[in-house]
Amino acid sequence: MLKRLSTLAAALLISTALHAEPVSGGRANVVIQPEPPSLMVGLIQNGPTQMVAGNIYEGLLRYDKDLEPEPQLAKSWEISEDGLTYTFHLHENVKWHDGEPFTSADVVFSADEFLRETHPRLRTSLEHVESITAPDDHTVVFKLKQPFGPFIGIFEVGTMPMIPKHIYEGTEYENNPANNTPIGTGPFKFEEWERGSHILLTKNEEYYEEGLPYLDEIYWHVIPDAASRAVAYEAGVVDILPGGSVENFDVQRIADMENTCITDEGWEYFGPHSWMWLNNREGPTADKRFRQAVMYAMDRNFAKDALWNGLGKVATGPVSSSTRFYSDDVKQYEYDPEQAKALLEEMGYDGETVRLLPLPYGETWQRWAEAVKQNLEEVGINAEIVATDVAGWNQKLAEWDYDMAFTYLYQYGDPALGVARNYISTNIAKGSQWNNVEGYENPKVDELFEKAAVAVTQEERQELYNEIQQILVEDVPVAWLLELGFPTIYRCNVKDLVTTAIGVNDGFKNAYVEE
Amino acid sequence: MADFWKRFSRNRGAVIGAAILLIVVIVALLAPILFPQSPWRMVQRPFLPPLTMDQYPLGTDAVGRDVLTGLAHGAQVSLLVGLISTVAALLIGIPIGALAGYFGGWLDDALMRFTEFFQTVPNFALAIVLVAIFEPSIFSIVAAIAIVSWPPVARLVRGEVLSLRSREYVEAAILAGQKNGTIIVRQVLPNTLSPIIVLASLMVATAILLESSLSFLGLGDPNLMSWGYMIGAARTVIRQAWWLSFFPGVAILLTVLALNLIGEGLNDALNPRLARKGR
Repeated sequence: MLKRLSTLAAALLISTALHAEPVSGGRANVVIQPEPPSLMVGLIQNGPTQMVAGNIYEGLLRYDKDLEPEPQLAKSWEISEDGLTYTFHLHENVKWHDGEPFTSADVVFSADEFLRETHPRLRTSLEHVESITAPDDHTVVFKLKQPFGPFIGIFEVGTMPMIPKHIYEGTEYENNPANNTPIGTGPFKFEEWERGSHILLTKNEEYYEEGLPYLDEIYWHVIPDAASRAVAYEAGVVDILPGGSVENFDVQRIADMENTCITDEGWEYFGPHSWMWLNNREGPTADKRFRQAVMYAMDRNFAKDALWNGLGKVATGPVSSSTRFYSDDVKQYEYDPEQAKALLEEMGYDGETVRLLPLPYGETWQRWAEAVKQNLEEVGINAEIVATDVAGWNQKLAEWDYDMAFTYLYQYGDPALGVARNYISTNIAKGSQWNNVEGYENPKVDELFEKAAVAVTQEERQELYNEIQQILVEDVPVAWLLELGFPTIYRCNVKDLVTTAIGVNDGFKNAYVEE
Repeated sequence: MADFWKRFSRNRGAVIGAAILLIVVIVALLAPILFPQSPWRMVQRPFLPPLTMDQYPLGTDAVGRDVLTGLAHGAQVSLLVGLISTVAALLIGIPIGALAGYFGGWLDDALMRFTEFFQTVPNFALAIVLVAIFEPSIFSIVAAIAIVSWPPVARLVRGEVLSLRSREYVEAAILAGQKNGTIIVRQVLPNTLSPIIVLASLMVATAILLESSLSFLGLGDPNLMSWGYMIGAARTVIRQAWWLSFFPGVAILLTVLALNLIGEGLNDALNPRLARKGR
């Protein structure tokens, strides 16, 4: 019996091995939209830059879809009991693309000098760091001033990319000519970039992980028009459409094609979360009952199915379900027009018109605003859509000149990094579209967020964030819409493309093309 | 009057045009009664093709709004924009043209240079710029259309007034001591009416097209369902849902065609000698 079982197991092993044996070679044809301004991810961190540069540069860690850290340039790491000391052990045979060895000195330079100067988002996290030292060539120690829960989550390539010290030390970073020919440690090397046409990356033959990568080349196509991008896929010119490269209305048609796979995974680290800013300062939106009525009035499931192809999830509150410390133990706002009407009745809403600002990012958002406006009018709220372009939208939000405004922001895996900024009162300041634009002030919430960021254990943090979520969902400082699902569309014979929490941004390392 | 109708109805195209326009006007007037629901209301599943449900014979759009309701309410918006902006353009164009033609001299020069300034800028480009500057709304759109379409009116009126002002009855009025203003309003302008009416009917058509084009580009009033908006919103889904751009497109085509036919018929009816020469 036992013997038979083991032969069965062996047979299974062989058959799975046969199926999953990655093949080397081939080229990935990918759409990049829009064309990135630069590939030097230490200087520029917008979406398309991260998407290409994540395969050239690397961070110390990678994150799986549950945001659990995995080894990258660091092969192992330890965190001290008190949560103050983080020790990373680096791979020993790593070389930069120009042949120089990668050592702990590069890590110290990147984190302590280069990125502190150029990377605002990382700089904020590094304020908790007392010192970054390199006891030997392959060990780096981060010492913190006080425990900082999200710290283990900031070593991804877009947040803390490793920058070559031998190229940048002592130079003016922004004007270094090397910015045009990026040198990293990643599985692919920069080959050429013809502006307006394509970016070509080639395989790093001396990559430190045995056998990786499988692909010979990645060819990023620059195609400015959304309809042409869809056609490029249909005509077989490109094989991979990263999230956001085609209009939502085209997604279903393309996904129905033969040999086409679609996934909304690979965005867990970003957790794109959409909501409407509600101006808490003045007008009807200053009344909590009005804001709750808005939540009840919206048919968010309909928006998800009609406008987002059923991808994504209805948001239950300020924290995305893919972000750490999410809790669904909060007040639920189902689509309930009667409840909304009752709340408006109770507050004595006088029919004052509210201005609704759609996000000027294309058709989907425009239709969404129209649908929400209709939802609101059906419960008796007079809403008026204000047409704006991107510049006007930015300005109106920065000047607080709105009643309701659509937006979506990233969460970066941890509420301390990507959620707190929108609700703490110290973040109320004109001039930004990413801070506490709604003007919500609650000392209790401020205090809880502060405590939660520096609490040592996961359990403690979970408890504090649970409480925060309950308070916020009751107060409705903004009207949460959906956890957006950005579909990555690809030919099914491209395997292992989306394996991490940042998807194609660093996914080509493991991807291969099956015959 | 009977004579007018006789001449008008002799042009068969004009009669057909008038019939189509009448239908459009009736639909626009009755829209709130025939289709009491808001055209923005999401009534069925998105992308319901035409003729699949009796209740929604023309199908539904990308968020499940009834296309037929949209068409009826769109007729209101389109006709209203066409009419109001034409009236506004006439209110700018007629006085300028009349003053320039009647007084001549430096005033004529100044007013005509001013008019040419507007004529040299392409209509549509100027309209886009104006709407973009003043944020798209029904007012800015009507204003923009009026501002780009008055120059032809001014030139036409000027030409007419120029030829009329040396007529004997005008000279007689001057000798009788009538004031310039009275002469322009009571003696000259009434005689320029027929070409203005013909031009105005064509201007309504152009205004409807302009509004549709602006909406198509996303510069329409986002709170009004117009035909141009319907086509603009349907543009990105034209491969999945042809009916979304087809029906409003047909509506625009018919209305504009009808107005043009009517314009021709009016021309025949109001300038009988000219018309006969043409045939």
